[in-house]
Amino acid sequence: MRTVKKPSVAVWKFASCDGCQLSLLDCEDELLAVAGAIRIAYFPEATRAMADGPYDLSLVEGSVTTYHDAQRIQQIRNQSKLLISIGACATAGGIQSLRNFADVREYTSAVYARPEYIETLARSSAIADHVKVDFELRGCPISKHQLLEVVGAFLHGRKPQIPSYSVCLECKRRGTVCVLVARGEACLGPVTQAGCNALCPAYDRGCFGCYGPAESVNAPALSRRLAEAGLGVDARMRLFRSFNAAAEPFRRESEALEQGR
Amino acid sequence: MKVRPRDFPREDSARASSAASILARDALPALLAALRTRGYQLVGPTLRDGAIAIDRIDGESDLPIGWTEEQDGGRYRLRRREDVAVFGYTVGPWSWKTFLVPPETKLVTAKRDAGGAFTVDAGLAEEPKYAFIGVRSCELRAIQVQDRVFLEGPYVDRGYRLRREAAFIVAVNCTQAAPTCFCVSMRTGPHHETGYDLVLTEIMEGQRHEFLVDAGTERGRELIDELALRPAMIADVEGAEAAIDRAVAQNGRKVVTDGMRELLYRSYEDPRWDDVAKRCMSCGNCTMVCPTCFCTTVEDAADLAGKEATRTRKWDSCHTLEFSYIHGGSLRPNARSRYRQWMTHKLATWIDQFGVAGCVGCGRCITWCPAGIDITEELAAIRRSEEARHGGH
Ligand code: SF4
Ligand code: SF4
Ligand code: SF4
Repeated sequence: MRTVKKPSVAVWKFASCDGCQLSLLDCEDELLAVAGAIRIAYFPEATRAMADGPYDLSLVEGSVTTYHDAQRIQQIRNQSKLLISIGACATAGGIQSLRNFADVREYTSAVYARPEYIETLARSSAIADHVKVDFELRGCPISKHQLLEVVGAFLHGRKPQIPSYSVCLECKRRGTVCVLVARGEACLGPVTQAGCNALCPAYDRGCFGCYGPAESVNAPALSRRLAEAGLGVDARMRLFRSFNAAAEPFRRESEALEQGR
Repeated sequence: MKVRPRDFPREDSARASSAASILARDALPALLAALRTRGYQLVGPTLRDGAIAIDRIDGESDLPIGWTEEQDGGRYRLRRREDVAVFGYTVGPWSWKTFLVPPETKLVTAKRDAGGAFTVDAGLAEEPKYAFIGVRSCELRAIQVQDRVFLEGPYVDRGYRLRREAAFIVAVNCTQAAPTCFCVSMRTGPHHETGYDLVLTEIMEGQRHEFLVDAGTERGRELIDELALRPAMIADVEGAEAAIDRAVAQNGRKVVTDGMRELLYRSYEDPRWDDVAKRCMSCGNCTMVCPTCFCTTVEDAADLAGKEATRTRKWDSCHTLEFSYIHGGSLRPNARSRYRQWMTHKLATWIDQFGVAGCVGCGRCITWCPAGIDITEELAAIRRSEEARHGGH
């Protein structure tokens, strides 16, 4: 086979729980193939190697929440040929974007003994709000299968097969009985992007919206249906306000519910 | 009132002319056992996760005996019956499509060896021959609609043909219908016409619990002969007819099919499409559960090393953006255009394309739409809308 220089990959962390980076380490069976195909140049979570840039591919986890982050992401972009943001934090601001709906100073004084030491931004924002992002891989956490697909597509120079339709399609393909229709459970599936293979409904739970809004979202329509199924305004507001709270269609719906309650 | 779909276009398959017989309730296991002896994998209704699924079953005890369901727009609830009817329910989210056109099928695997040469495997996977137990009239019509798509066009789907030709169909005449059923309007049921191997009608009167059984094919006839059933009396046949008439009366939805196609062709700009777009979430459930919807997408995947590639066929939906994506964007960019496409295809363009409507009136899309959107109501609204514009006509 041809010998080509292996592409260098860097993995970066911003405000996040590290769960998405762990998905990469979780590729046990595929790890050798991954290691054979790419050169990990920077991945503090996994290795001490810290090669300088530029990098062929940067995977960025986490959201921007500090001044320092906002500068760092610019440097990373400058050193990266391709930049892929991974996970709900990096693609929508994550659960920490709940601060966007409140006064962050109130939070810091409630949480820290010396809030004056905390320097933080008023909002948690997605990577794409700061720099050009070549691909956004959704999920809280991301799916290892999709991560391999995106990395594979990058290596072979093809378009990744990452669907943007609803979770419901995956639900029906795997033969799960709809928990919303058959049990009246609150489920965000109809407005949430597929990718998890409809995990929660398969375990009798409604979808929590981990993969963020699907390609074409009608959140008010779902909200009305959930109201008819007996879900109160507060519960609906909270449903839309979780890992992807700051994603546009979810934000709009939760704010509408907040104002209307 | 008896409604018989005699004027509905259909193929006249060979129908063994014979009188019906009576299968005692406790002889049902013998019928299923005889099918298994012939090498069939039984597939039939069975309870799963709060609904009546269609899945592989081992025998009678897997059937949802004594169960039924409540159905309405966007709502389904499993319920206990007061009796022990074997087929006392209608249709659930599954259809036989799951077995004839599986949700995911691997089409091709290509492997690259060390020398760089490819070996391609596009062979069909070994599959069991199925006996479908409890196929309703609307469902058999749906299978016949899919036959037109997969068998009768210029390209025959090899896998479908194998599965379809092998399948033994034990049909059931409905003796109970759901509020979401409209087979009477669509002339697709509840009474079976052709296309089955055996057809059963469940008769429950007082202490009596039996099935009227008739054969539609030679292999069905052989099975009846083997079971040595008693011939049916005229009273038995009348009892079965009365039971089916109950399902006719219980058809909960209606559509006016007269001029339906032309109406939809005149209504591309009807404001009702904007109204439905406010409710439709583009989730695709209606297409997934519809027994006639046949669209699939083909996905290619390769491993990281670039040594193995697979091509997979998956159920797709016209409610997604990608479905109509061509260079530069999606042809149907909003819920209005997508819902309109779906419904107009079902009730109008399908007739031009395949000679029959793409809707058999099973009501699945009504029940399993999380928004409770009702195709019968949308059609009626379009008709009202036009009448309002033209002062009736
Ligand atoms: S359970 Fe949720 S995701 Fe699955 S089909 Fe129903 S609404 Fe869609
Ligand atoms: S369009 Fe709806 S009612 Fe008609 S066959 Fe499909 S699922 Fe059944
Ligand atoms: S009609 Fe209902 S099931 Fe179909 S896409 Fe719209 S919301 Fe989903």
